[in-house]
Amino acid sequence: MPMAASEIEALIKAAIPDAEVTIRDLAGDGDHYAARVVSSSFAGLSRIRQHQAVYAALGGRVGGELHALQLETAVPDTENIP
Amino acid sequence: MTDTNDRIAEIVKSNDIVLFMKGTALFPQCGFSSRAVAILDRLGANYETVDVLQDPEIRQGIKAFSEWPTVPQLYVKGEFVGGSDIMMEMFESGELQQLVGAEA
Repeated sequence: MPMAASEIEALIKAAIPDAEVTIRDLAGDGDHYAARVVSSSFAGLSRIRQHQAVYAALGGRVGGELHALQLETAVPDTENIP
Repeated sequence: MTDTNDRIAEIVKSNDIVLFMKGTALFPQCGFSSRAVAILDRLGANYETVDVLQDPEIRQGIKAFSEWPTVPQLYVKGEFVGGSDIMMEMFESGELQQLVGAEA
């Protein structure tokens, strides 16, 4: 079941209010997206924990409704994740 | 469920570098798995793969095991490293090379 990019963004922002979310539809089929999520709440978290926070925001849709979400997370104003 | 967990734990424990993926290293069945294999090959890593498409219990169980919803998943020395996005980031920063190169 395809999902709209705006829906993905809304779900992420609902769970991570300060998140800056950029979404690209990779295949144009509403099923393969890439998302970049920047949030200060990621500070001090490992990459795994940052990604898990986004997966949690999407409430089990990744791997199901959403075949896969190419994900990049970052803390504001840093090139690399600490 | 617990049996599956034990099986996965055993696989992770007994292989220094193991990739749970869709398909095989030679014939990946998904773009993300293909990317993960390409990264490990590029690093010259000596790794094992587990084809989750051949084992429905592991395919489901691995998600609970790592609290991670997707495959591929890379484990190095018993630790969950991440999926293909994290592998790519760590490859680009040189961290993955360090992680897998230590024992190569």
